[in-house]
Amino acid sequence: MTRVALAALLSHWRRQPLQLLTLLIGLALATGLWSAVQAINAEARASYAQAAAQLGRSDHALLSAPSGWIARKDYVALRRAGWKLSPVLEGRARLGEIAATVVGVDFLSYPKPPEADAGAPEVTPERIFLAPGLLFAPPELAVQLAAQPDLPPVVATADLPPGVVMTEISLAQYLLDRAGQIDRLLVLDAQPINLRPLAELAPDLVLTPPERGTETARLTDSFHLNLTAFGLLSFAVGLFIVHGTIGLAFQQRRAMFRTMRALGISLRHLTWLLIAELGLLALVAGLLGLVLGYLVAAALLPDVAATLRGLYGAPVSGGLTLRPLWALSGLGIALIGAAIAGAQGVWRLHAMPLLASAEQRAWAGVAVRRARFQALAGLALLAAGGAAIWLFDGLVAGFALLAGLMLGAALLLPALLDLVLALIQRRTRAPVAQWIWADMRAQLPGLSLALMALLLALATNIGVGTMVSSFRLTFTGWLDQRLAAELYVTARTDEQGAALHRWLEQRVDAVLPVRSVDALIAGQYGEVVGMRAHETYRRNWPLIAAAPQVWERLDASGGVLVNEQLARRENLWPGAQVTIGTDWHPEVIGVYSDYGNPVGQIIVSLDTLLARFDGVPYRQFGVRIAPDRVPALVTEIRAQFDLPASAVVDQAEIKARSLAVFEKTFLVTGALNVLTLGVAAFAILTSLLTLWGMRLPQLAPVWALGLTRARLARLELLRSVVLAGLTALAALPLGLLLAWVLLAVINVKAFGWRLPIYLFSGDWLLLLALALLAGALAAALPAHRLRRTPPADLLKVFANER
Amino acid sequence: MLLEIQSLTKRYPGSDSARPVLRDLSLSLAAGETLALTGESGSGKSTLLHLVGALDRFDAGEIWLDGHALSALGDGARAALRRDVVALVFQQFNLIPSLTVAQNLSFHARLAGREDREWLDQLTERLGLGDFATRYPEQLSGGQQQRVAIGRALAMRPRLLLADEPTGNLDETTSDAVMALMLDLVAESGAALFLVTHSERIAALAGRRAHLSNGCIT
Repeated sequence: MTRVALAALLSHWRRQPLQLLTLLIGLALATGLWSAVQAINAEARASYAQAAAQLGRSDHALLSAPSGWIARKDYVALRRAGWKLSPVLEGRARLGEIAATVVGVDFLSYPKPPEADAGAPEVTPERIFLAPGLLFAPPELAVQLAAQPDLPPVVATADLPPGVVMTEISLAQYLLDRAGQIDRLLVLDAQPINLRPLAELAPDLVLTPPERGTETARLTDSFHLNLTAFGLLSFAVGLFIVHGTIGLAFQQRRAMFRTMRALGISLRHLTWLLIAELGLLALVAGLLGLVLGYLVAAALLPDVAATLRGLYGAPVSGGLTLRPLWALSGLGIALIGAAIAGAQGVWRLHAMPLLASAEQRAWAGVAVRRARFQALAGLALLAAGGAAIWLFDGLVAGFALLAGLMLGAALLLPALLDLVLALIQRRTRAPVAQWIWADMRAQLPGLSLALMALLLALATNIGVGTMVSSFRLTFTGWLDQRLAAELYVTARTDEQGAALHRWLEQRVDAVLPVRSVDALIAGQYGEVVGMRAHETYRRNWPLIAAAPQVWERLDASGGVLVNEQLARRENLWPGAQVTIGTDWHPEVIGVYSDYGNPVGQIIVSLDTLLARFDGVPYRQFGVRIAPDRVPALVTEIRAQFDLPASAVVDQAEIKARSLAVFEKTFLVTGALNVLTLGVAAFAILTSLLTLWGMRLPQLAPVWALGLTRARLARLELLRSVVLAGLTALAALPLGLLLAWVLLAVINVKAFGWRLPIYLFSGDWLLLLALALLAGALAAALPAHRLRRTPPADLLKVFANER
Repeated sequence: MLLEIQSLTKRYPGSDSARPVLRDLSLSLAAGETLALTGESGSGKSTLLHLVGALDRFDAGEIWLDGHALSALGDGARAALRRDVVALVFQQFNLIPSLTVAQNLSFHARLAGREDREWLDQLTERLGLGDFATRYPEQLSGGQQQRVAIGRALAMRPRLLLADEPTGNLDETTSDAVMALMLDLVAESGAALFLVTHSERIAALAGRRAHLSNGCIT
């Protein structure tokens, strides 16, 4: 019996292939876009975890020095006291022509030494510890390093993240030019008992407990949260399609359900059959979605990886691994999506009386009540979103506002459109026009889901588009201010840096040393930069808040400038005091924009920096010179100091690089944006096509009254275009509100800086045109069908035999 | 007795409780018998048929169908009765639009686990549906659809066939042909027929007649 009944239920889809296709595509798109985002996030997080575990950042307690590095003698003293520690040194180095992160460890004590890949040269203790030593690198980097002259042999290992080279610490100290220095000490698990506490033995060192999440994961959390939000939005838009299609399929099969029950299938059995049918369809769509998600993720991952590397320095490989958990969660989300979309249908089946005669309800009344409830729910969501940001703090409150705003507005849309159409209808006198507006209102319930999806997609487009364009404009201006020097030069060593400085001073208008150290700022690691208050900075530095005579006070009074993210996080505005290290509390005299930098940064005068910190690198310089003299100077510097091309970079090149990182940052959101809009356009098309079966009985009487099929077809087009246009108009204020939330709320909470909003009305016109086009294209096929419908089919509407 | 109705009363929620749709109604039907129930519109004919078919519940009295007291049966058992004992023919045909004529014809029999190919072929031929086996209901005329509905009902060899205005949507000529065929096939299958109609002409074709007025058999 079950097989026969299930076959009968499934036969509906055989007769309605378009509906089946709509359902499968909708669910596959929803699952695919969600899964793609999850795959990207999972891949990135796996990379962070691998990197953190391999570099010993997460599993062990760490000892580090607020001054920046630990002297070898302190390490030796702790070891003699009985503490089991493993030293780590980490830094950027140029290995031949390749820049890489070099991690030096003591292979005898290091808890997780990398293992050589199969086929790599044999690794023996002699080869690691005796000259020339060994470099361990991920496979791709190993190939590149092997081609460089004068480097120790390279061993490929899959255990290391991209861009990282691991080696014995003494070799690392040589490569990094940091003899005798250690960055951190890993406190190993098994320690002898009765040791003197570390706080007594090394009071100057800071003990950090093992991390639950990695540092990189924390830094990039907001980026992944953004992606997840987009994934959820795409999923929601996809679900609108699925909900509409399943709802229609249930509606169309009401008579079938009654007949099946009348023929002896119990309600419980039928319910289970429908759930099984939904599950089956969800599994098929889920599998399609997984394939789609994998393809989208594979296409986007290289850009995401580049973004994460460029913006956060996070090590993410560009390759995608198929993870069973990801596949299972993808299928799970497809099933959940189908359950959400089908729940109403199953509930209605339960509420549906077996006899049609018992269902003589006032449908119009029900529809009005439902619309009213939906509008009230929309208002409640808007209020809840507003309350969330008012009552709570943090990024989640920002996203709660976003969700409340978007979903609330979507739920309000049908009521709003009905109101506008009713107003237009009231002002119309011509009979055909009156019918058109009345018919449009009558069609709203059937089209409302698709229009809500379109509203969300258009508003997202406007909102994210405004955010990206505002960001680009601000960022470009900021780059112009920050990169005021014509040329940036990086020496190989501090000695070479000093020589370069002297050499440059004879030949250029001004040399601006760029010197910095990492230090504890307000309890968290950040960067302290030394700066001379040169005219270049006075004119160009992007200050957003400043005390009077800020530049004079930077040099004279020991005041400091802090970047915007640090200022907002710690409430450090001019007049406040900031703690650097443990015992230095200078006054904040200014705050500056510092887009794209995830960590706190402080600017002090160069003399103060050198007085407070030892071993400040002396390698980077900005050079002021007439632009036409730049090419000649570049050639001369390279010849004189034997520097690679990448060490002498002009301003235009840095700007191009920075903008490239910026563009990549928003490439993914842009791609998801376009996909979401496509899904919404598809939703309108499918709604119109699936409603087609119900349309003939509505149009036949008008045709019989004298309107030609061609005119009716044109009116069908007009209906779709008008509804899409009205939706686009509603999407404009919503999109601008969304942009404001993104720039003034989410951005501040996620990244720490606020951006001004710039409006781009040309983009809106383009989007309006796209919405109208989507409406016209979606209605083209149904209108064409109507034009070609034989009069006999229209006549059947009036016949009992239909 | 195949069907025994005793002191049956049915009210609809919200309706005048002093005037139930069916009031203290008693009726019986033996196996192989044909009964036509006539009455004015709104007299409760269809309601009675739905109660006998275990599609709806009554307020008082009892219906014994094939030895089962319907008031005592849960939803599952009532569904089983509809599947195995009773077959229904509706005025609106109620075919499954996504199944072909052949699939619709065998549907109820397969649900009941009583598919008999020979009997199905015979029915298909007798009902003149051989040329339409692969068509869908929407491609058939009203008379043809009703013949499919009758074939579907008889294919599972029901003990009781309930027909609610089976020719109400058909013209007179088609109606007579369909009724004659249905009565012939019912006789051949050995089923009892409980026919509800407002047409005296159709009612005259049944072996027994009853008239329903103000919720009572007169």
